Amino acid sequence: MLEIKNLHVKLEEEDKVILKGVDLTVEAGKVHAIMGPNGSGKSTLSYVLSGKDGYEVTDGAATLEGEDVLEMEPEERAAAGIFLAFQYPVEIPGVGNMTFLRTAVNAQRKARGEEEISAADFLKLVREKAKSLKIDAEMLKRPVNVGFSGGEKKRNEILQMAVLEPKMCILDETDSGLDVDAMKLVAEGVNALRDEGRAFLVITHYQRLLDHIKPDVVHIMADGRIVKTGGPELALEVEQNGYAGILGEVA
Amino acid sequence: MALPQLKQDTTEARLAGLTRPEGAGWLTSARAAAEARVRAMGLPGRRDEYWKYTRPDTLTAPVAPKAATFESGETPLFDAIDRLRVVFVDGVFSAEESDNIALEGIEIERLSDAAGRDIHWAKDLYGALETAGQDPVERPLAALNTGFATDGVVIRVTGRPIRPVNIVYLHRDDSSDAMLHHVIRVEEGASLTLLENGPAAARLNVVTEVDVADTGAFHHVRTMGRDHERRAATHIFGRLGREATFKSFTATMNGQLTRNECVLELIGDDAIAHVAGVCVGDGDFHHDDTVFITHDAVNCESRQVFKKVLRNGATGVFQGKILVKDGAQKTDGYQISQSLLLDEDSQFLAKPELEIYADDVACSHGSTSGAIDETALFYLRSRGVAQAEATDLLTLAFLAEAVEEIEDEALRDEIVNRLEHWLLRRRG
Repeated sequence: MLEIKNLHVKLEEEDKVILKGVDLTVEAGKVHAIMGPNGSGKSTLSYVLSGKDGYEVTDGAATLEGEDVLEMEPEERAAAGIFLAFQYPVEIPGVGNMTFLRTAVNAQRKARGEEEISAADFLKLVREKAKSLKIDAEMLKRPVNVGFSGGEKKRNEILQMAVLEPKMCILDETDSGLDVDAMKLVAEGVNALRDEGRAFLVITHYQRLLDHIKPDVVHIMADGRIVKTGGPELALEVEQNGYAGILGEVA
Repeated sequence: MALPQLKQDTTEARLAGLTRPEGAGWLTSARAAAEARVRAMGLPGRRDEYWKYTRPDTLTAPVAPKAATFESGETPLFDAIDRLRVVFVDGVFSAEESDNIALEGIEIERLSDAAGRDIHWAKDLYGALETAGQDPVERPLAALNTGFATDGVVIRVTGRPIRPVNIVYLHRDDSSDAMLHHVIRVEEGASLTLLENGPAAARLNVVTEVDVADTGAFHHVRTMGRDHERRAATHIFGRLGREATFKSFTATMNGQLTRNECVLELIGDDAIAHVAGVCVGDGDFHHDDTVFITHDAVNCESRQVFKKVLRNGATGVFQGKILVKDGAQKTDGYQISQSLLLDEDSQFLAKPELEIYADDVACSHGSTSGAIDETALFYLRSRGVAQAEATDLLTLAFLAEAVEEIEDEALRDEIVNRLEHWLLRRRG
């Protein structure tokens, strides 16, 4: 599904290299987790994959089902199937949540040459997905993320993911700022989307989210590289020994 | 005190080209008095405190600069709304294009008809609110209008008419120079919705005096649009009695020069005044909102909400003042003026002012100018919304706070629809 080869990225504004040769392959139907200490480049990787400005790819490649992702505009990547659940979902005053969702769904359909969704079908789709995430009608009516609690914002991200049905879901520290109940709800939302044709890249500091979203593969990222790859047991090792232990071992 | 020579010359040159319209004694004396006031204060010049950001010369010139007419071919604004249309073409009343001017719950007639009668209720209002609104800031173009306006609409509202009155201004002559004066009296407990639309003329000077009696309500939605070259100077003078409501919204799309002044005086307790506006300008566009709200009663609320979208070197101006007089306790005053600059060539000039002589009031004001929020733009794009569409969505969102000041949903939808089309036309 997603293939990243020798990816080197620096900040555009300053001469700071963040990613120093990332190699990563995420297969369809699988959940990969990336763990790592602060500043290791995890969030940068998610931004580079989704097309945020301010980063310069100096070497390497990233492809989604064989297509060069890095050449695409952010909206083209979305239409191709990439979705980033933001660590800090953005508040957009003046744009209703429903309007936002419908605009996004139809924009993607249009980009793929499909018909726009009918108002009735859309309403049905959103209501159904919102219900399982405990998002009420009031939240759907409000402007995007405005006045939402941390948990509500993250649930709203998962709602967008559920409605847009992307192929490649990237979750950037979706557990940050969540209490245990909210985390469970978010994890259930993610698990409901697990599917043969869909892959996940779950970025997190802590092992606890992975108790609820069981990964197939765990990667440890440090200083702009994947330094270790293993099964779910690697996450437990982080929990017990901290990154220092693992990184010491790698070095 | 003698006027500076340049100001005096400008004023005399303009007055020389005007003839006082004929009318009954009451109107003639109001007009003569206004002309004398214009001579005394002189027409606006660049050095005047409230004309620093807007060049008045094309508004004061003896002859209106030409402005190409424009046929959009679109369905007329407010067409979906059942309304009473009063149509002026280049400032001249058109009976053929107007509806039969009669509506239950109101007395409505043309100013030129009212002028023929020796006794008329408008006698005490014509020019009166305008004169009161000259202090402490002079508004010479409004006095000029009181002296020389050729026609207008005179409305006295005694009930709650179901249909709004829609004054439609059509522009068909590229050198038309229109001067219209409307007088509206909303009686106790009565209410009126006034709609205005159209570019009017190559140059328009319009004054609207609105007297809202105790518990009366006045709603006003206006659009000024699509002609690129036209110029306009408009003044609304409002007076609000106890528990009266006054809500005015203006959308301006295009126009080389627009100066909209709104001068309100809240003289009855518990009155509510909202003045809002959006303008969207591209290129050769200059839009000036100048607002002066005086609180002279207890427990009144006023809101000023102005949003401007500017691109390709367009200019926006906001001069807004809240004056809270001694004794106007529990005043709730709010003022916000914001601009969204879509490029670095455009500019927004703002002068917010508060002057407060009462000690138990809540007044706030804010003014900002900024670009499209890049974070929000990326968020939308990351969900698949193309850059142009995402920019438009954020632009409309920026305007939303002002547009939401329109209470009526059908009217609000009409305005939003026009704004969407304006944006769509600019996607290229």
